[in-house]
Amino acid sequence: MAQRITIDPITRIEGHLRIDVEVDGGKVTKAWSSGQMYRGLETILQGRDPRDAWLFVQRICGVCTTVHALASVRSVENALGLEIPYNAQMIRNLVQSIHCLHDHIVHFYALSALDWVDVVSALSADPAKTAALAESLSDWHGNSPKRFAAVKAKVKALVDSGQLGPFANAYWGHSAMKLPPEANLMAVSHYLEALDYQRKATQALAIIGGKNPHIQNLTVGGVTTNLNPENQTAVTMERLYYIKQLVEEVASFIKNVYLVDVVAVGALYAGWIPYGPGVTNYLAAPDMFLDAAGTKADLPGGTVFGGDLKTIKPINAHADAYFKENVQESIAKAWYDGNWMKHPWESTTEPKFTDFQDNGKYSWLKAPRFQGKPMQVGPLAQMVVGYAQGHEMTVKSVNSFLDRVSAVAGTKVGPEALHGTIGRHAARAVRAGMMADLALKHWGLLVENISKGDYEIFRPWSYPKGEQRGVGVHEAPRGLLSHWIVIENGKIKNYQCVVPSTWNAGPRDDKDQLGPYEASLIGNPIADPEKPLEVLRTIHSFDPCIACAVHMLDPKGKEVIKVKAL
Amino acid sequence: MADTVNNALEPRLDRRGFLKGCTMAAAALGLSEAMIPKMVEAAASAERPRVIWLHFQECTGCTESLLRSSHPDLARLLLDIISLDYHETVMAAAGHQAEQNLHETVDKHPFLLVVEGAIPTKDNGIYCKIAGKTAMDILKTVAPKATAIIAIGTCATFGGVQAAAPNPTGAVGVQDLVSGKPIVNIPGCPPNPVSFLGTVLHYLTFKKLPALDKLNRPLFAYGRRIHDHCERRAHFDEGRFVENFGDQGHKLGYCLYKVGCKGPETFSNCPAVRFNDVDVWPVSVGHGCVGCTEPNFWDTMTPFYERLPNVKIPATGIIDSADRVGKTVLGVTAAAVGIHAVVGIGKRLIKGKSEE
Repeated sequence: MAQRITIDPITRIEGHLRIDVEVDGGKVTKAWSSGQMYRGLETILQGRDPRDAWLFVQRICGVCTTVHALASVRSVENALGLEIPYNAQMIRNLVQSIHCLHDHIVHFYALSALDWVDVVSALSADPAKTAALAESLSDWHGNSPKRFAAVKAKVKALVDSGQLGPFANAYWGHSAMKLPPEANLMAVSHYLEALDYQRKATQALAIIGGKNPHIQNLTVGGVTTNLNPENQTAVTMERLYYIKQLVEEVASFIKNVYLVDVVAVGALYAGWIPYGPGVTNYLAAPDMFLDAAGTKADLPGGTVFGGDLKTIKPINAHADAYFKENVQESIAKAWYDGNWMKHPWESTTEPKFTDFQDNGKYSWLKAPRFQGKPMQVGPLAQMVVGYAQGHEMTVKSVNSFLDRVSAVAGTKVGPEALHGTIGRHAARAVRAGMMADLALKHWGLLVENISKGDYEIFRPWSYPKGEQRGVGVHEAPRGLLSHWIVIENGKIKNYQCVVPSTWNAGPRDDKDQLGPYEASLIGNPIADPEKPLEVLRTIHSFDPCIACAVHMLDPKGKEVIKVKAL
Repeated sequence: MADTVNNALEPRLDRRGFLKGCTMAAAALGLSEAMIPKMVEAAASAERPRVIWLHFQECTGCTESLLRSSHPDLARLLLDIISLDYHETVMAAAGHQAEQNLHETVDKHPFLLVVEGAIPTKDNGIYCKIAGKTAMDILKTVAPKATAIIAIGTCATFGGVQAAAPNPTGAVGVQDLVSGKPIVNIPGCPPNPVSFLGTVLHYLTFKKLPALDKLNRPLFAYGRRIHDHCERRAHFDEGRFVENFGDQGHKLGYCLYKVGCKGPETFSNCPAVRFNDVDVWPVSVGHGCVGCTEPNFWDTMTPFYERLPNVKIPATGIIDSADRVGKTVLGVTAAAVGIHAVVGIGKRLIKGKSEE
């Protein structure tokens, strides 16, 4: 007899997500993913100045801060046919890559590590043995017996206080927790250390962006970050070298701690490698462009269908027609009026809340489709499409990671192991390492260009008459993001965001094809329906961002709200 | 910069230092030495103050800003200073176990409530649900039992971006729905973590809220206009302006008023405390202030790249006009929020009881 489990709220994510599963014989047989919040930002944008849009849409998400900002300015520039200066492209690349370092570190440690790491078990670890384990994996300076003893004492003090705070009532001691106490203590120590290194990444980002979260240095037509080595109010060489130093420190943490921990989790949880592949159609956008026009990229884009690398079709340029013409969104199972699939430029919808219907509408998220198919987006998609097209950096980074997992696991682990829950964590860690290298590379490109005496950051422009359509595409930490804008006489006529977490967390469509979250849960083991830890593992592996995922436009019948005191 | 995690792992004080501290504190309070053992006991057995953090219509940017704080840093805050009993982004528990943690604290303990995000009120609040309940219902259950409420960010204070016209979900801030409770507003999109943490530390240390302005914002963080502490103010006074990003004036750090800076009408500590411990703020990277600490700034401060109306440009260095603008605007915002419950400045909190 199948048992229904509802997990609401899913915690350690951005936003409000509800997951329902049916469990039969210890496995998930049915799954529903439901976005629980709606804000109507795209409605709010209508009629406003397109230059302002990036500041509004950046507030879609404070975790993915920067990504909507970047996609938005690109969408307006694409609509108006503006080419930004080379320096502006490089500064935006630094924003993209440095934000990504922060985002991936925070996701692994703060948002998902506790699915695999038992904090309470760390109390029975021997700090000396923990140091020996850690040193066998990496020569990171933070792995001393003294530090591990201090972390253990800290955890003990917390437990003894009886006030576990954010660690209370979790799945400690769950039968699916497999790490030995020493591995748990090592991970808890790194969990705390990650808090320092994620901060360093945001400091580097703030030097360029003025503050963080929510940078304030972009503008349609370029950036405002003033490059002038001769003036104290501008970004001088001292500031640029400060950025470099911070990024180098974070890069070292990623390579000597984060990547190593993911290798260890992957190897020690090898039994989990087959779970959670779900939708193995992959979609990624090219990004980290090397030219102002967006035609040469350091991150490869493309599509792969059915997990078959031979189906690879590369996407090489920003706003490539192959991408642009094949995206549609279905509202068959979403709380909007109607049942259709439309291109983002054509969408018009009205909210229609029906409550949760298993066979009807059950989410505020729409279901994006590419050529009618559900697609998985995110770091794994990017690794798969890069690997499939023999992209040098991707192939080298992925193979090196797999070799290390194979060494720790004592068995050969190949790239096919990446399709799944553990694989998504692996791909994200590998991508973090690549982005650290690319951040430093693009820092070098920027400095090289400045040294030629080119300080240009912005080109003035003005609105043409009539209607223009544009798309801004960006490979965000959670995957492919696209903003679609229609401008009429200098005002926003329509604005639509098709967001990574909408691709992944979206509901079924009119053909009842499951979204990637839902499909990936099918077949997951559930040891204890009261404590569905395994569901969290698979959902968290996608790095959900639900504020991002929910969007819609044009609700009619606005009424004046009469506010009552509670 | 300092290794804050290793610092947080160090014992806070050895016993000798701790006793010495208690002796000094007792002396300062005029207590006899006989009181010292009691103080030691109270300090050693004291529970960490409990905090419940609710997320509604928001982007988690305010939480993210705390991740970036360094004094105190998040590890120290969570392990040593407070007991964060419910916070969806951070907590290990999920689903009904998470909800159990919430109710355990709400039902049995005094707690400080932090709200991040606006509350949608249209259509009975269906636009934001957690554990099957609307944000409105959750606030209705939790707020009356809180000792005090801190609304963090412009969404929880004034409705924020989702409340921008036409406000499709009827989003409002906490003070529009809750009365009879001390409420502190920490607006900003997101606010600087020093403004939030400064308020929390003030409250925990002095057992009362900091002095507030008419919009319930702490004076220590929102008492002055951005324009008054801006490093580009001299250029404004002398009439030297950026006309376009990247032009000669921009390269030399001139005033950003003409490219849309809202500093003359915005109250915040940004130019004084700056962000992320790297001595920056938006104006320092060549972009104008967008006014994010002011009510309805998404409507009143847009278009962001157009200059504020009614500000007289002092072509010959007339400082008067700029100051007059500030006074006028302050009058307007104060009138606009006259309907809100206003907590008296520095009013002492009565634990567990609401206060009209």
